Amino acid sequence: MSDNNGRKKVIEISHVTKVYKLGDEVDVHALRGVSLDIYQGEFIAIMGASGSGKSTFMNILGCLDKPTKGNYMLDGIDVGSLSRDKLAEIRNKKLGFVFQGFNLLSRTSAIENTELPLFYCSISQKRRKEKALDALKRVGLGERINHYPNQLSGGQQQRVAIARSLVNDPTIILADEPTGNLDSRTSVEVMGIFQELNNQGITIVLVTHEPDIADFTKRHVIFKDGKIKSD
Amino acid sequence: MKLLNILLSAFRALIRNKLRTLLTMLGMIIGVGAVIIMLAIGEGAQNAVKESINSLGSNILILMPGSFNQGGVHMGAGTRSSLTEDDINAIARECPSVKYITPVVTTGGQIVYGNMNWATRTMGVNDQYLDIRQWKMGSGDFFTDQDVKGGAKVCILGQTVVDNLFGDGTDPIEQTIRIRNKPFRVVGVLSKKGQNSEGQDQDDVILAPYTTVQKRLSFNQWIGQAMISCVSADGINSATKEITEVLRMRHKTLPQDPDDFTIRNQADIASMRNQTNETMTILLACIAGVSLLVGGIGIMNIMLVSVTERTREIGIRMSVGAKGSDILTQFLIEALVLSLFGGTIGIILGISGSKILTKAFEWQTYITTFSVMLSFGFSIVIGIFFGWYPARKAAMLDPIDALRYE
Repeated sequence: MSDNNGRKKVIEISHVTKVYKLGDEVDVHALRGVSLDIYQGEFIAIMGASGSGKSTFMNILGCLDKPTKGNYMLDGIDVGSLSRDKLAEIRNKKLGFVFQGFNLLSRTSAIENTELPLFYCSISQKRRKEKALDALKRVGLGERINHYPNQLSGGQQQRVAIARSLVNDPTIILADEPTGNLDSRTSVEVMGIFQELNNQGITIVLVTHEPDIADFTKRHVIFKDGKIKSD
Repeated sequence: MKLLNILLSAFRALIRNKLRTLLTMLGMIIGVGAVIIMLAIGEGAQNAVKESINSLGSNILILMPGSFNQGGVHMGAGTRSSLTEDDINAIARECPSVKYITPVVTTGGQIVYGNMNWATRTMGVNDQYLDIRQWKMGSGDFFTDQDVKGGAKVCILGQTVVDNLFGDGTDPIEQTIRIRNKPFRVVGVLSKKGQNSEGQDQDDVILAPYTTVQKRLSFNQWIGQAMISCVSADGINSATKEITEVLRMRHKTLPQDPDDFTIRNQADIASMRNQTNETMTILLACIAGVSLLVGGIGIMNIMLVSVTERTREIGIRMSVGAKGSDILTQFLIEALVLSLFGGTIGIILGISGSKILTKAFEWQTYITTFSVMLSFGFSIVIGIFFGWYPARKAAMLDPIDALRYE
């Protein structure tokens, strides 16, 4: 479970394929045998043109979808064989999501948005507040906890989303084009936060098609036609 | 996700769409309110019947002479003259289940006092009449057994008669009125009894000793009717049997011949009338139930809209670890809160509505705990029943599709 540097292997994906059936006879091969190992503390950019399979890969990585074939071990758990509910539990305990469109609950304050993952596990209300506040402080939003998403700028909203992904101390944070809806200055700001979190030891996988965003990361994985072209 | 949190987020979601929530609840409010009002009216009507039976007196039997049969044409109960004073006395003497018995001899006629006059029934009864009817005196005293035996020219007035003859406030007691030109001394006034179940004014009556009525007013020695009070409710059947035996023997009725008298049991009449009322209540409740059902469909409709509208929210919740059951509970609780709130407001509306009906139309309404529990229970059932499908739809969403939903 660890490589020669002594780092823990958190994700081990081997020969994963994903086939979507459209109609009776048309099969779309989104992934054609992908293998990838991710170690603790890595900061990886997954790149590729649209249709290259990177989104499908992220969905599988995020336990939102199951592979058609192949194995996926997350933190020592064989995720491929789990039920819907078990996958939800994995998402709740081990994964954090950051989306391109922020995906915050509207008319819900920043702190309540941050608390959301903790609603689905047994934790006291007091502890929940503490953790959410702590997460918001880590992304530099300690002052704006009671603001609603529509009172926050895009960059601030994305920071709330990052705080939400952090709040349950996940094994890995998955960010799907987190800067896609932001201007370049705010993008740099958000990437700065990701870098800082990575420096604190958090494993981050990020999907982007912008090379300058990818430059913030330590490792680039490029997808093409459902396969990894370069690593 | 703890129940309290789900409850809070349900409230928040409902408050977010105040108007929609209100309109959805309106269906439940009207449904539940209608059920309560309908049941209250039905129950009130049954109570009215019960009261009017009680106002007649308890455990009452009415004894009437048989029908007059002339050439095969039956003239109806009471047309034949077969009951005598002696029959009445024999029943009083020989039937242990009979507590009180009074002959009732009724006659009509104009009543005059000073320059006022009024037409009413004059009923000839004995001194047990008040006990049978469970009626109280308003003022003065009832006539005595002595008065009955002696055929005293005394009378008791009902309130309506007093109002019409003594409108100027004169105390009627010890005044002399004339019934069909025969002078009668007023010795007492009855307390107000109101209408009976058929809407007849029971206070529009004059009571006098039956002996006096027979001798001075009706000139008829036969007894038109007798009113009997049994010792207990269970005594009604035995009293009927005893009276039948006594009268058949006294009238020397042959075993193969039918009775020459009729005994009517008020409980039978009452239960028949109650049956009609019950049918009415069930019908009304069914109509109200339909509106409750429509309210439920309204909830389902809105919940379906809500699920579609909040697909993205469901996706977000699922991506951070909400299980299908968490989402199901959330939407089910929302539906339940809707129906329960609607139900509660409906109950309040129903209760106040019944009160208003009573005030405005003088309808008797009666709200039972049963009807409140019933409509409350129905609200819960409807909330779960109609909330289930939308909630399940939400829970079955695919998180990827839900997140992508615009």
